[in-house]
Amino acid sequence: MELFRGVDVDWLGKKWYFLAFSLVFSVSGVLSILFWHGIKLGIDFRGGTLVYVQFEQAPNLDRIRQAMDRAGIHDSRIQAYGTADQKQVAISLAQKETQESSLDAGRETILKTLNANYSSTGAANPGKLDLDNASQGSLAQYLEQNDPEHLLSTGSAGQKYAQQAAAILNHRDKDLGGIFSSLDQLNGVADPAVVNQLKQGAYLSGFHVFAADIIGPQVGAALRRQALLATLYSLAGMLVYLWFRFELIYGVAAVVAVFHDTLITVGAFSLRDQEMTLTVIAALLTLIGYSMNDTIVVFDRIRENLRMSRRENLASVVNRSINQTLSRTVLTSGLTFLTVLSLYVFGGEVLRGFSFALVIGILIGTYSSIAVAAPMLVAYQEWRAKRGKQAVLPTGKKAKV
Amino acid sequence: MRKTILIIAVLLVFVFGIFRIPKGIGLSAWKTALTDNIHLGLDLKGGIHLVLQVMVQEAVGAETDNAVARIQADLQQSGISARVFKPDTKKPEVIQIQGTPADRGADVRSLLDSRYGAQYLISSEPNNNWILTMKGTEVQAIEQRAVQQSIDTIGTRINDLGVTEPTIQEYNLGTNQILVELPGVDDLSRVRDIIQSTARLEIHLVVGGPFPSEQAAMQSVGGTVPPEDEVMAYGGNEPELFGQYYVLQRLPVVAGDDFRDAQPSVDENGRPDATFILTRNAGDRFYQFTSANIGKSLAVVLDNRVQEAANIQQAIRDQGRITGLSKEKAENLSLMLRTGALPASIHYLQESVVGPSLGADSIRRGVLASIVGMLAVMIFMLVYYHGAGINADLALILNLIILLGFMGYSKAVLTLPGIAGVILTIGMGVDSNVLIFERIREELRAGKAPAAAVEQGFAHAWTTILDTHVTTIVSAIILFLFGTGPVKGFAITLSFGLFANLFTAVFVSRHIFDSILKRKQRGEALSIG
Repeated sequence: MELFRGVDVDWLGKKWYFLAFSLVFSVSGVLSILFWHGIKLGIDFRGGTLVYVQFEQAPNLDRIRQAMDRAGIHDSRIQAYGTADQKQVAISLAQKETQESSLDAGRETILKTLNANYSSTGAANPGKLDLDNASQGSLAQYLEQNDPEHLLSTGSAGQKYAQQAAAILNHRDKDLGGIFSSLDQLNGVADPAVVNQLKQGAYLSGFHVFAADIIGPQVGAALRRQALLATLYSLAGMLVYLWFRFELIYGVAAVVAVFHDTLITVGAFSLRDQEMTLTVIAALLTLIGYSMNDTIVVFDRIRENLRMSRRENLASVVNRSINQTLSRTVLTSGLTFLTVLSLYVFGGEVLRGFSFALVIGILIGTYSSIAVAAPMLVAYQEWRAKRGKQAVLPTGKKAKV
Repeated sequence: MRKTILIIAVLLVFVFGIFRIPKGIGLSAWKTALTDNIHLGLDLKGGIHLVLQVMVQEAVGAETDNAVARIQADLQQSGISARVFKPDTKKPEVIQIQGTPADRGADVRSLLDSRYGAQYLISSEPNNNWILTMKGTEVQAIEQRAVQQSIDTIGTRINDLGVTEPTIQEYNLGTNQILVELPGVDDLSRVRDIIQSTARLEIHLVVGGPFPSEQAAMQSVGGTVPPEDEVMAYGGNEPELFGQYYVLQRLPVVAGDDFRDAQPSVDENGRPDATFILTRNAGDRFYQFTSANIGKSLAVVLDNRVQEAANIQQAIRDQGRITGLSKEKAENLSLMLRTGALPASIHYLQESVVGPSLGADSIRRGVLASIVGMLAVMIFMLVYYHGAGINADLALILNLIILLGFMGYSKAVLTLPGIAGVILTIGMGVDSNVLIFERIREELRAGKAPAAAVEQGFAHAWTTILDTHVTTIVSAIILFLFGTGPVKGFAITLSFGLFANLFTAVFVSRHIFDSILKRKQRGEALSIG
């Protein structure tokens, strides 16, 4: 099987279309960043409190919102997390509710509010243990205090109850996905005496906090700075490497292309009003590397072809090089795209932003090495020629391999 | 042949890295072996991630508090009476001496210079005042020590919790910050209790009290609290003393690192308490102090609250007991005293908790995404390149084994973005193969014989492959240097994957081609789609 056999497309002839295409996308992204959605920062960059809650029954977001309002939290953001059948909700508080002197306060309030308002059983069960939110330590301690197996005199109580607690919570977290729907689900997981004790002394609140992120303003600011620096350093690192391996103009063209990809990807996030998080930055840096790969493959071929045919004009050499590598470029991008798509579809909510960035970035990155980087080389050459400078083709240094 | 052996050896070495020696031959034994050797990050395993700020200026303050006491004693010994105090609570590094006799200026100067000149800048001010300011280098050294000591102390406390493989280290995101990562722990409040409680246990001399209000306490010392004293609220559990205040001497008689050991126990009425033993030096000092102050009161102060106050009935040497505690408090306090106090209090900058249910879900999804992605790629390669596709698929599998083996050997942590890194490596791993295969096809098309085409294909593709790998590794290294936690995990798998890929795509794949070619008849076509 073979696609793209003997392609002969005049890529450079279409440079104005490419320019228009790139402009439309990057400008609309920039406009969205400046005037519409802006860049929506994730909690790691802006600081704040984010609590992830799993509910036993399908959660009613309005009801949670009202409960939060009543508790005096008015600027909370409450949204469904993951797919509807996962019954998960992310509740976030803005930065100003998250002070470093009492970092935990926001989370505590959310928990208290949920406990008081959401679970019908919570308020009705004073002094009982909430098995949906119990930690291993607190469950073991509870069992030790009540000692259903009458072991305290034997000295093995601590170890025994710790084991039982671990088994129960392992069942809750690994088998049941974090939440009990009935205390009968305890049957057979722990010793009968322990199960009976819990059926009497524990209750199910109907929600389970499965993750929480609380980030103070200091850390947020530091991470913001770091992410920006990492992106810039990474671009600079590539520029230097390409300068060393090829010519400065190759490096500049590649970096411009990669910057173009980054801009469009970030713009896509802004257009979709999707949050930029630390992992999205990781994806962006990967894209920088990936898009650079594509560009280098084309550049390598240009360099090789220039060395072989010094008479031919640059535009046709570049065209030929793109055509020769087109098969590889499309195949590789297609395959990587396939894996990234699998990540986007199956990777779940945690990786959603990350894989979205890669999905967009790989498409744009492939496009840019053909439509941005290569034409730039030719445009630079023509500009030099116009200024009456030596019209020498940038043959590049010899490969130092 | 030697190359085949080399490849098989590499394969075995890395398979060993992934599984070591499983404790059985069943599927579950292999699964356990796998999870034992590949270290999962917090986001997959569940756990707690904390960033703490050490309030280092408190350590500086404690050091100057000490100096105040020493200067006072030194001046007294030389027969100079003066008031030594810290004029500004916001500047813990400054000490002031007030009212030295006018005719003893030279003596004061020489005493301060000889004893304190190394640590402090000393200046004489008008009206027989002296100002000692701690030198910048000294402040820095104390701050650095405070951070290190906090790391050690938190480490010992966490060890007591029995967490496997905790991370407690200086955090380079800001200054004087500590990163704490506790895999498999989900009990944030207990961890907070154990870490945060500076459990600064001190014993102070009582100047007056208890008073019913803060004002009353201030009134008793003439309206304003002199720098040598302080007002402190009661924090024990005697109901009749709730809301009362004491005036205490500011400098403690016994403090932080004077405690050698402590154990929770119960008194004769079965109420929980904590018994402590002082170090030898502190014991001697305490003995002298208590013998000189029989009849006066001592206050046991826990985290800036008076826990209890009692008369000194006889000289005490090195053992004592703190009553009025709950069982849990007695246990925690004993742990704190045993492990040593934190040199300064701690602020939380970041707290992240990942529950085990989220981690388990993430693993499931990550693995599913990897398998689907990998199968899609492998099937495509077979369809598109026929025989050579097998070649690429073998290289891909070997790449995965090497990557996971690396993870097993290096104890690097696999995070969810790390799994994404694995998937991405699969995608990029075939890139090298595609480059080479396309090149070989081109050479074949140009009329070269299979052997020559393979030779040329690899030679030409190699330059490109090297360049692409180096640039990606550049971004991976930068990610590693800048990233934290999960992102770091991504950078690690990505770089390992790239290195493994250089080996599999270039060396292994080439070797398979060569051995196929060797068996073929001259002129027989190469199966490359």
